[in-house]
Amino acid sequence: MKKIEVIKNVLEANEIIASRNQQLLDEHKVFVLNIMAAPGAGKTSLILQTLTRLKSRLNIAVIEGDVASTVDAEKVQNEATAVVQINTRNMPESCSLMAAMIEQALKALPLHDIDLLVIENVGNLICPSEFKLGEHKRVVISSLPEGDDKPTKYPLIFIDADAVIINKMDLLPHVDFDIANFHRSIQGLNPKAEVFELSCKTSEGIERWCSWISEQIETNAKKQ
Amino acid sequence: MFERMHEFGITENIITIALDKASEAQASKITQINLVMGELSGFVQDCIQFYFDSLSKDTIAQEAVVHFESVPAQLRCQNCSTIFHPQDALWSCPGCQGQSVEILKGRELYIESMEVE
Repeated sequence: MKKIEVIKNVLEANEIIASRNQQLLDEHKVFVLNIMAAPGAGKTSLILQTLTRLKSRLNIAVIEGDVASTVDAEKVQNEATAVVQINTRNMPESCSLMAAMIEQALKALPLHDIDLLVIENVGNLICPSEFKLGEHKRVVISSLPEGDDKPTKYPLIFIDADAVIINKMDLLPHVDFDIANFHRSIQGLNPKAEVFELSCKTSEGIERWCSWISEQIETNAKKQ
Repeated sequence: MFERMHEFGITENIITIALDKASEAQASKITQINLVMGELSGFVQDCIQFYFDSLSKDTIAQEAVVHFESVPAQLRCQNCSTIFHPQDALWSCPGCQGQSVEILKGRELYIESMEVE
């Protein structure tokens, strides 16, 4: 019996593919958002709103991650330049997208024609936080009916977020959601995150969100 | 077809790394794998063990013990630099009650060492 030292990061395999993805996307000047949230928070609605506002200026592709079905891909296909649906039920893991799945999906996209790629992750606040995909910015959506305690209960996903969206603001008069408490939690966990209050239903706040995306694309292009 | 959790791929990675290292060391059997896992990492030990038992079948890692060493979370207050273990859900600093923190430890997941024959 002997003991051998290993010291090897178990997540490294995913991280290597993620940086390969990002390199490929940078070569094609594609800016990538990874949208994460619990099921029903409004990931697809936000993507639809974003497409409506930005499609006249940008060519936008969407990768939809779901355990099963093509429901979301069908919703966005008329608005997007290209859509790829990933069903994680057929993958080694179901609960999150992984860099290798994105690597495959990228082969099906006309990257030279795309300015913005929006990846809708599987509805889940736990697993997606551990897996980089090759994105430039990570976005987490919380919606009012979920309650204001989500950052406290699922800190990791909020800690890594570049933007945090509070969706369904139109429901504020009807639900017990303490906006100030939510902001305090985000301020504590991740003071650098940009926070947006919006409603995909009424379009309130969408303008500011879309301006943020445009700014990020510009900033990223300057870095290249 | 059934849904698998993300520990599946992680466990595949663990076995791949372990088999590579064992082959480098010309070992014929892996008896223990020592994993270091941060308190804040989103992986479930029992789930890794469960997948390990089935994925390691017919390899030299079959029946190896997966030993988990948990690393407690360590945060540093961005305001007063106090280093502390989170005491409450808001991760507020016990020194100044500040709420901006940096994670120093608690997110790691790596194979530290293993025992082979």
